[in-house]
Amino acid sequence: MNRIPLRPLARILHARQVGENPDAIERENLRIRHEQMRDKARQRAEGRLLVMGVMFFCAFAVIGVRMGHLAGSEPMEPRAQAKGASIAAQRADIVDRKGRILATNMETHSLYAHPKQMIEPERAAKALAGIFPDLDEARLTKDFTGARKFVWVKKKISPEQKQAVHDIGEPGLLFGPREMRLYPNGKLASHILGGSGFGREGVHSAEVVGVAGVEKFFDDQLRDPTREGAPLQLSIDLTIQSAMERVLYGGMNLLNAKGAAAVLMDPYTGEIVAMASLPDFDPNDRPRPPVSGSPSDSPLFNRAVQGVYELGSTFKIFAVAQAMDLGLVNANTMIDIRGPLKWGKHRIRDFHYYGKELSTTKVLVKSSNIGTARLAKMVGATRQQEFLKSIGMFDPTSIEMVEARTGKPLLPQNWSELSAMTISYGHGISTTPMHLAAGYAAIANGGTFIKPTLLKQGSPQKGPRVMSAETAARARAMLRLVVSHEEGTASLAEVPGYAVGGKTGTADKPKENGGGYYEDKVIATFASMFPAHDPKYVLVVTLDEPEENTGGEARRTAGWTAVPVAAEIISRVAPLLGLRPDIEPVQLAGITLASQ
Amino acid sequence: MTEMVYGSAPVHAGEPVLPKWWRTVDKWTLSCILMLFGVGILLGLAASPPLAERNGHAAFYYVKKQAFFGGMAIISMFIVSMMDPKTVRRFAVLGFVAAFVALAMLPFFGTDFGKGATRWYSLGFGSIQPSEFLKPGFVVASAWMMAAAQDLNGPPGRLWSFALTVAIVLMLSMQPDFGQSALILFGWGVMYFVAGAPMLILVAIAGLVVLGGTFAYSNSEHFARRIDGFLNPEIDPTTQIGYATNAIQSGGFFGVGVGEGQVKWSLPDAHTDFIIAVAAEEYGLVLVLVIIGLYATIVVRSLTRLMRERDTFIRLAGTGLACMFGVQAMINMGVAVRLLPAKGMTLPFVSYGGSSLIATGIAVGMLLAFTRTRPQGEIGDILKGRGRL
Repeated sequence: MNRIPLRPLARILHARQVGENPDAIERENLRIRHEQMRDKARQRAEGRLLVMGVMFFCAFAVIGVRMGHLAGSEPMEPRAQAKGASIAAQRADIVDRKGRILATNMETHSLYAHPKQMIEPERAAKALAGIFPDLDEARLTKDFTGARKFVWVKKKISPEQKQAVHDIGEPGLLFGPREMRLYPNGKLASHILGGSGFGREGVHSAEVVGVAGVEKFFDDQLRDPTREGAPLQLSIDLTIQSAMERVLYGGMNLLNAKGAAAVLMDPYTGEIVAMASLPDFDPNDRPRPPVSGSPSDSPLFNRAVQGVYELGSTFKIFAVAQAMDLGLVNANTMIDIRGPLKWGKHRIRDFHYYGKELSTTKVLVKSSNIGTARLAKMVGATRQQEFLKSIGMFDPTSIEMVEARTGKPLLPQNWSELSAMTISYGHGISTTPMHLAAGYAAIANGGTFIKPTLLKQGSPQKGPRVMSAETAARARAMLRLVVSHEEGTASLAEVPGYAVGGKTGTADKPKENGGGYYEDKVIATFASMFPAHDPKYVLVVTLDEPEENTGGEARRTAGWTAVPVAAEIISRVAPLLGLRPDIEPVQLAGITLASQ
Repeated sequence: MTEMVYGSAPVHAGEPVLPKWWRTVDKWTLSCILMLFGVGILLGLAASPPLAERNGHAAFYYVKKQAFFGGMAIISMFIVSMMDPKTVRRFAVLGFVAAFVALAMLPFFGTDFGKGATRWYSLGFGSIQPSEFLKPGFVVASAWMMAAAQDLNGPPGRLWSFALTVAIVLMLSMQPDFGQSALILFGWGVMYFVAGAPMLILVAIAGLVVLGGTFAYSNSEHFARRIDGFLNPEIDPTTQIGYATNAIQSGGFFGVGVGEGQVKWSLPDAHTDFIIAVAAEEYGLVLVLVIIGLYATIVVRSLTRLMRERDTFIRLAGTGLACMFGVQAMINMGVAVRLLPAKGMTLPFVSYGGSSLIATGIAVGMLLAFTRTRPQGEIGDILKGRGRL
């Protein structure tokens, strides 16, 4: 590069001679050099900007060409329905504990159209409207004659319908294989299974996704191809479930109840052998969630795991058991039950007058609110909370259903002495029937808390100990007395040979808009175990607003409503469960016992 | 007498603002932008009802929001485009500093809206994504530094701007937001290129990009999955790309008709990242080509006007803004047609999104301000050139 030096000596000397400032020469040279530089930079930038402009233009052109190429090609869906594109069973079956099918898949077909390939779109539309009354002919004609290349006609069609469509002879009508979920038992165990729907859909397959119940909870597992379609085995027994639902349904109708729920649980393994919530639905045709009214009145609402209710006097056994476990009382300690028990403005009353004092056993047998409240006072609010927490009354149950997470118990915000007293007889705490079953299971299995589960278990669970085995045995003996004692509230639960033990609970229903309780609407519950001396099963039956009208006045207490229903369930179910009735044969006809 | 006492009344020698603006602004670019905005509303009508339904709003809730933010964007665009380059530079640099601080504070005060990347400030009534506003400010600030570096005895502006770029890219990658950091890097690279980058360095940068890409591929699962999905020739029809491809195919040349599209019901990002697929399905190739044409016109026309620009700063800043705008559109559409690996990037002025709309409005306003016709002193140059010879 040939640049003029900034201070050329000749010019500087000359300037000095004539008396000019030589710095001006430097400034002038600097300016010239600067301008040259800028000119060069500008020219270079011009060239580079041109390159960029051309590059951008080309890139946009490429995108445009690619768009055109894509737009000109056929959609992928028609190509995918080549021969042999049948789909294997993707979603695993669900079976009961004995391997009987609860949910399986059925291959059906979907119907779609390629209007571009249609010969007589109007005739096809008319014929289709004839085969499927729910399709609108005008709409189909519009779809078939429009610009669309692909139209879904029906998502699921039967083989007969498929043949009828085939007979139209229209080449533009095509079928795609489609797996659909089938619940062969209809309404049976509907709340447990939940239901399923279509997720993402293509022509040659559609994803079946669980929308509720175990179908949703185990959705990933059921769809997991690595499990190779191994069925999901539940702890449910289809036969027991069926018998229980039947009896519960009959009982609900007989007692004019709005709803009912029942849970049958194995207290050692935690398995739920049967669980029902009425009203129910058919998972093959799952109704839409209600848009108006309370969601808890919908058939989709699972009362057994979602519904939180004040379960009333069924909670008394927890207060009694804890007091005994702490050594505060024994079965025969006399407890003052003079009422009403005043606590601030609050008064605790009994249903009947039971005298001045009762033994602990009698407090439970006769269901004295005052008696249990006094026990709760002895135990104290803190220890009561610890105990109820240990038997799972503070958190939603961990049962494998998506709905269970919403069944969060309602607890008092401030657990005062008064709360402790009311909670001892089941008021001021709302839990689901499933919680109650788990709590009774702890008494039934000898004092350990186990988590209820819907999956078949191989062996008994080991849970944390919540009370001593002796306390549990004493509590069971008391529960047996509630049934077997002639003054017991659950005397109607006596099923010959099965030694039922349990506790009733009748709680007034709180008004929906808050502010007090209904006088004439109750939740009647019977929590039981059988046989009481060595319980194999725990059964909780809850009826919503039952009313027994055979007597003169309407009877709503659990002893007249939930108890007979539970007794009927036990008498039906116990033989099916393989329990042998423990009956002394009166006389063995024609046989003489050798030892006598 | 009055004049003798108080001096003569001040007279504005210059032209009034509006006529001058109208005379000098690039009307082609301006009309293309307004048309793009119209297309955005049109596609919002098609693409956003499913989203509104999912979120429980009235069908055209998001269209109304889009129109509102679009109006604000247009207004800010007009205001910015009426400023002279010096004012633009001042405001842009101030805005850049503010956005930079906001970006740096994101890890402490930002929210991720459950999407796994902390990119937003939640303001109760809405949210702000600082990186959107950072982009135009960054371009202007960098252009200023680079232009200063071209003066003899000027500061080392290129080095400064490079350090700034690295800092921003690191902060964005931490969010992580690889798309925006790639855009920032690209903007700086383009300006450096036009400012006269030596060829050797260009080659070195290309090598670095390849290395960085390899590093990200082997170290970021997120990134690797996207690339793998791109390299895999089989399109799974149940992926976003599969749906988009299908939509373009079923749209054909003239589309399936207004409101008849299906893709918007299956794609969660139909109103943002894949809006071009909705356009292709409902209106066909025709509208897509129009949209591409609009973007191409804006970018290419701005670049040609900047070729004549003699002020280094204006040239660089304009280039950066135009290229960033164009590349964002290109990436968005390139993803939909599987020319590029999946990368969430909005289609400027068309996709739904408040922050992005307003930030784009400001950026385009700056671009318009920089591409206005102004005396370039050609005659003076020629005379000077003669004198010099």
